Amino acid sequence: MIRLPLLLFFSAALFSIGVYGVLARRNGVLVLMSIELMLNAVNVNLVAFSQLWRDLAGQVFALFVIAVAAAEVGIGLAIILLIYRNRETININEVNLLKW
Amino acid sequence: MSAQEYAFVVLALVGVVAAVRVVTARNVVRAALYLVATLASVGATYLLLGAEFVGWVQILIYVGAIVILFLFGLMLTRAPIGREALDNPGRLLPALIGLAVLAGLVFLFQDAFAWGDPKVQLGHATTALVGESLFRRYVLPFEAVSFVLLAALIGAIVLSRKDDTR
Amino acid sequence: MVTALTLPALVRAEEIQAAGAPGLTRYAWLIALLPLLSAAVILFFGKRTPGGGWIWGVLTVGTGFVLSLGVLWHFVTGGGAHAAAIDWFTIGTLRMQLGQYVDGLTAVMLVVVTSVSLCVHIYSIGYMHGDRRFTWFYVALSLFTAAMLNVVIADNLFQLIVGWEVMGFCSYILIGHWWEEHVNSSSAIKAFITTRIGDVPFLFGVFVLVAATGFTTSNIQEIGHLVSGGEMARGVVAIAALLLFGGAVGKSAQFPLHVWLPDAMAGPTPVSALIHAATMVAAGVYMVGRTYEVFLHADPWVLQLVGAIGVTTAFGAGLLGLVQDDIKRVLAYSTISQLGYMITLMAAGPAGRNAAFFHLFTHAFFKALLFLGSGSVIHACHTNNMSEMGGLRKTMPVTFWTFTIGSLALAGVPPLAGFFSKDELLVALEHDHQQVLFWLLLAAAAVTAFYTARMVLQTFFGEYRGHGHPHESPLSMTGPLVALAGATVLVGFLGFAGTGAPFFDWVYLEEPEAVTFVPWVAALSVTAALLGLAGGYRVYRRWREPDPITALGPLHRLLANKYYLDDIYWRGIIRPVRDGLSAAVNWSNQVVLDGIVNGAARVARWFSEGVRGFDERVIDGAVNGVGQTAGFTGGLLRYIQSGNVQRYAAFLFAGVVILAVIFTRI
Repeated sequence: MIRLPLLLFFSAALFSIGVYGVLARRNGVLVLMSIELMLNAVNVNLVAFSQLWRDLAGQVFALFVIAVAAAEVGIGLAIILLIYRNRETININEVNLLKW
Repeated sequence: MSAQEYAFVVLALVGVVAAVRVVTARNVVRAALYLVATLASVGATYLLLGAEFVGWVQILIYVGAIVILFLFGLMLTRAPIGREALDNPGRLLPALIGLAVLAGLVFLFQDAFAWGDPKVQLGHATTALVGESLFRRYVLPFEAVSFVLLAALIGAIVLSRKDDTR
Repeated sequence: MVTALTLPALVRAEEIQAAGAPGLTRYAWLIALLPLLSAAVILFFGKRTPGGGWIWGVLTVGTGFVLSLGVLWHFVTGGGAHAAAIDWFTIGTLRMQLGQYVDGLTAVMLVVVTSVSLCVHIYSIGYMHGDRRFTWFYVALSLFTAAMLNVVIADNLFQLIVGWEVMGFCSYILIGHWWEEHVNSSSAIKAFITTRIGDVPFLFGVFVLVAATGFTTSNIQEIGHLVSGGEMARGVVAIAALLLFGGAVGKSAQFPLHVWLPDAMAGPTPVSALIHAATMVAAGVYMVGRTYEVFLHADPWVLQLVGAIGVTTAFGAGLLGLVQDDIKRVLAYSTISQLGYMITLMAAGPAGRNAAFFHLFTHAFFKALLFLGSGSVIHACHTNNMSEMGGLRKTMPVTFWTFTIGSLALAGVPPLAGFFSKDELLVALEHDHQQVLFWLLLAAAAVTAFYTARMVLQTFFGEYRGHGHPHESPLSMTGPLVALAGATVLVGFLGFAGTGAPFFDWVYLEEPEAVTFVPWVAALSVTAALLGLAGGYRVYRRWREPDPITALGPLHRLLANKYYLDDIYWRGIIRPVRDGLSAAVNWSNQVVLDGIVNGAARVARWFSEGVRGFDERVIDGAVNGVGQTAGFTGGLLRYIQSGNVQRYAAFLFAGVVILAVIFTRI
């Protein structure tokens, strides 16, 4: 018997912390971690509503999010590795070839 | 306030604090470990809600695999340690944006739901039911996601391969 | 002639005949058409024709000559007049037609014009050989012949005017044939303008006549019937006659418009022979004779004026012939004088008219002969001046004998043609009781003989005073001379009472008149001629420097300056018009009109400059400005591309928050 707003607040907090992390961190891997935080916040939201309304769709969707997040982390880290290999650094501020 | 609620509040606090540490730690490995704590609290939340399958999958995948990936990534890229090394110089704007996002989201659900209502009951979300739903109703997305995973797998291998032709 | 642009409304052929079939008179218009075609052919193909194009002219005029002999034969065998016409277009009640009226007079004129023209065409082959504009010369000759023939056969006044004007144009062209020399082009202009001064009253005379018919017809015969039938007011007829006479004064070089003819001698000699001796100048006389009903039924003072002008011209020009050194000028003044004779006779009623035509007929032949002969002499001596000639009878026998025949005819020595025609003139005057005119013309005959003798003696007798090597001219030049000399000998008998005077069976006004031979008149005219010849012989037997005629002193000066007429015209008329009127008109044209035009152009230019400035600054500025703005904005917007992914993410999240708030609030 948990009050919904609490869950939502938890989810919102995680999400906004993740936003801060994405914007504030320099290291590529840490940015990916922050993205994971955001994804988890979304999942919490999904599951909470799924339980509220007794609809399994939310949880199924959460499962998919987890699966896709896993795939994304794999690829993301592969890319970070390549960047590291090419530039000896994973400071994403230095990956700015698309600069004007 | 029921017992569930108490437990949940505690877990939430732990999770939030750990999340904050993830984004502010000066040591990358510490950040990764704090991430474990956050992910674990989220998993516990799922269990509290009665979504047992999702909860265990969360622990399994996130804590068990993804964090390991992160640690490997940190190792292979020899991530440096220190405030200047890990954080962007201008952190005010991100903080403001983060706060704005929080405010926005809170505002949104305040508008939709009154404080204190509704209450989420433990649900009938057994694994069997989830599996049935997964393989019946949502079998197509399921198959599609499996393709995505396959592609990600192949892609990761291809990307991180050392070039022999050079 | 019928042009391709007009379709004849209907062909109306009237055959007025006294007796018998029309014979060849039906085709008289062909005689006039052939030279016109030849002119066109020579114009376009002349240069390509071997020889330069004279073949066409000779062929067409030769054919015309043969045809006109056939037409004359119709009248010789007693045939009657023939008329035919085609309607061209109609103005109100006035029918404009192209037509022909062929009677005995027409036939005679056709023979004269075609024969003289043929002689001139053949003569010019040699005379104009190698000329810078040989082909064009023949174009103008053919065109002129066509125009004169058109005048001769025209049955209505407007058609006559067309031929009249074309002749004037051809005369201008031919006098100024060597226009590179200023004196030639000035002479051509003088001829044209002076005859124009006569043509204007002529035109108005035609208008008066047509108006007096109630605008129904311009046919000469019909007008004649209306006039003689008393259907027009006498005063109107008098005015019309006077105006018509103006044309004759100009075209036939009568006093006071005679001044152009001597200067017209600047043209080539064949031109002088054809146009200014035998044909064009005769057109004025012909026109008076054709419209004679009008003159006859006008107030009597009109005919008296005609006679006065005629005799003044005859006598005055004769005197001027005494003092000329240029052989062509002698002949020119002689022509003016003889034309004066013809005009004088027009004042003596129908008999005088017919006698005038007989004189025109004979004069054409011997005057053309004299001109062509002078051309032969000029061609040999390369000079016009008799003071540089002399003794040519030994080196140029054919020219000498033919020239002498012509001169004797001019002087009026029997049995040459000139004698018979002059005799007829005097007889007619006598019958009409014109005493003053009679004695004056007789005196003029003596003067004529005198200057004729002077001319022949100075040119052919004595010692050669020039610097060249004169020799006889080629056959193409001497042939026509011989032909014309033969004509001079023979044609006189056509008007001789003793041989039946068939000429007057062909040429008459109402009905043929009987011709009688009056011995005492003949004796008087022969005496006058012999007196003049003897006097000339005595004075000019030997060449004397200076010319004995200068012994006349002040009279000589008056004559040498042509009675100061040219100076009077120059100072009294030409200079005021040119320096006053023409200069004013020129000023207004250059300054005012051109100023307006240039000013309009300048305004347009200024305006278009303004438009251009507008286009450049405003429109181009706007277009360029748009481009520049785009570039400028792009230059600013590119800074958004920082390359920093986190920057992008920041904006993304901020935007999402804002949008979410907006969408839920609204």
